[in-house]
Amino acid sequence: MSEFSIKANNISKAYRKGAIGSGTLSRDIEQRLSFIFKEKLEKEVIKIEQNQLNWSLKDVNFEIQEGETVGIIGKNGAGKSTLLKILSKVTTPTKGIMEGYGRVASLLEVGTGFHPELSGRENIFLNGSILGMKKKEIQQNFDEIVDFSGVESYLDTPVKRYSSGMYVRLAFAVAAHLQSEILIIDEVLAVGDAEFQKKCLNKMGAISKNQGRTVVFVSHNMQSIQTLCSKTIFLEQGELAGFGKTSDMIQNYLNRNLVFKHVSERIDRKGDGRVKVVDLVFIDAKSNKITNNFYAGMNLIIDLKLSSYQFNLKSNLEISLGINDQFGTRLTLISNKVSGQTISPLEDGVWTQKIAIYNLPFAMGNYSITLFIASGGVIHDWITEAMPISIESDRFFGELAQTLPNGQGSFYLNFTYL
Amino acid sequence: MEKKHWIINSDNYWFKFKFTEAWEYRDLFILLIKRDFVAFYKQTVLGPLWFFIQPIITMVVFVFVFGKVGAFSTDGLPKPLFYLPGIICWNYFSECIIKNASVFRDNSNLFSKVYFPRIIFPFSIVFSSMIRFFIQLLLFILILFYYYFKGFEIQLNYTLLLFPYLLILLAALGQGLGLIISSLTTKYRDLSLLVNFGIQLLMFATTVVYPLSAAPERYKTIIALNPITSILEAFRYAFLGHGDFSIIILLRATLITAIVFFSGLILFHKVEKNFIDTV
Repeated sequence: MSEFSIKANNISKAYRKGAIGSGTLSRDIEQRLSFIFKEKLEKEVIKIEQNQLNWSLKDVNFEIQEGETVGIIGKNGAGKSTLLKILSKVTTPTKGIMEGYGRVASLLEVGTGFHPELSGRENIFLNGSILGMKKKEIQQNFDEIVDFSGVESYLDTPVKRYSSGMYVRLAFAVAAHLQSEILIIDEVLAVGDAEFQKKCLNKMGAISKNQGRTVVFVSHNMQSIQTLCSKTIFLEQGELAGFGKTSDMIQNYLNRNLVFKHVSERIDRKGDGRVKVVDLVFIDAKSNKITNNFYAGMNLIIDLKLSSYQFNLKSNLEISLGINDQFGTRLTLISNKVSGQTISPLEDGVWTQKIAIYNLPFAMGNYSITLFIASGGVIHDWITEAMPISIESDRFFGELAQTLPNGQGSFYLNFTYL
Repeated sequence: MEKKHWIINSDNYWFKFKFTEAWEYRDLFILLIKRDFVAFYKQTVLGPLWFFIQPIITMVVFVFVFGKVGAFSTDGLPKPLFYLPGIICWNYFSECIIKNASVFRDNSNLFSKVYFPRIIFPFSIVFSSMIRFFIQLLLFILILFYYYFKGFEIQLNYTLLLFPYLLILLAALGQGLGLIISSLTTKYRDLSLLVNFGIQLLMFATTVVYPLSAAPERYKTIIALNPITSILEAFRYAFLGHGDFSIIILLRATLITAIVFFSGLILFHKVEKNFIDTV
């Protein structure tokens, strides 16, 4: 018997930042050519740029014992998916060694490898063998898979005629019955109805408890991590921020997200300071409580506390909040100048300005808010990236909605199919 | 059950193939071939009939354009009998290249989610296309019989025994070229634009619409060096008794094919590990 199931030794993964590999042959040749004719100093600069690496995982170490169910939590971009990709052998680490015992099956997205034209039956076999099962093993588990998925009467229908719920159920059923010692699951429970989600959770619990299999589970849903996992890996900016009891890790994670330099303590601000932001909190309009849990589709109230002194209003006061994505690209601007509203603080002192945002349209990801206050061409307060916002889930179209697929943009339009 | 110990690290050797692992996935290989075949005829109205329609129409066009209008030589053979083997072999060859060339792009969604020996996919492509090749070959044999009953003398000979070998050569050459292109396209996407165009041009440097004996003297050596020409001529020689065939030529074609095939395999192996980071 082996003492561990998965062991990570100094796992690091880097992605190249620079201009190498522009994607087309002609541009690459052009770059090489122009490189030859550049000055020596310039060349050095380019070399450094090209060698700049973006470490999405840095020296991650952990050891998972056999039969454990381990969760992985962290913000978007913390390296969760990279870690899973390395674990499931889809990509290799830049440095470090991952080792373990037994077959690894990964369920990274439900229904990958399903062919729409093929029947449910054919897809069970195809999907199963893509995930690493032998035909014989699938045959042995076939009845159980069908039973669990509940699509019995549609077995010989092409899966393109399945409802999305049936599709997911079948896909999960195949993966859940994999005969592997290690099962890796990413965010499957984001889809499907509540009843099925519960069924999946129970199944996953059973897998680790009764069958002694090791399960690694990534989710944004703290609730399901809490119920399923005994231990949890907490990643932050590619580094292991903690590995231990799930409840402790979740507490850490939630605390960490609350801790940031308060706006009143920010010194890297510009402006004459005659009007200043002293506090900024977010209120979930539904519960009317202060929150730091953001989801697409929520009604959000931004509660700004401002102070003004020696301030006489000569022209309209402008309070603007710019929203940037994680790459620093300006996505939109919330401003009373844009909406044509006027703000008139009556006297010096502390006052409040609330801003309501309806149906927050941003998809899962990290954003930041830049604060800007000015009047009559004079800047009073300007803090870039004053406040981070991490959108943790997408509920723009209600509870059953799915998230935007990767690479399909970062915000929703409020549309409906008539 | 003994639990297998595994290690994932950054080692990326040029020549470390995992044959035993690929063998473990043989069921997937067979299912993929089945999938391609079933999906093809489920998506079309006429179904498997397409396997026949395409070569017949191409043949008719060739007979008209190259045979009648252009008056190209057909080595004294009836025109349909001359064109059909060329069309069938070329179809198979070009399909192997085109499908292999886009194997990373077509499956990037799957490859980025699940691990399995990637090489299974290119091999399944070659074999599922082979089913189509055999069906079309049947058509050729039917037409051959038709001409036989009309009085055409079939000169079957011992080279027919080489048929499986010729087929393997053709498949390996197509796969090798396809793999080289697919490995390079992960970095240079514009190469994929060149593929369809290049294959079209390559057909005219191969003896598909004319026999080698009718090629202009000046270009004959270049055309003859083309390994597909050698394979194609050998096919014609085996079935029809006309064509440029000798053991030396066959050995030369084998050598070129082996070089192309193994370069493709090595490049593919080098790229497969981390291509997902660049796509």
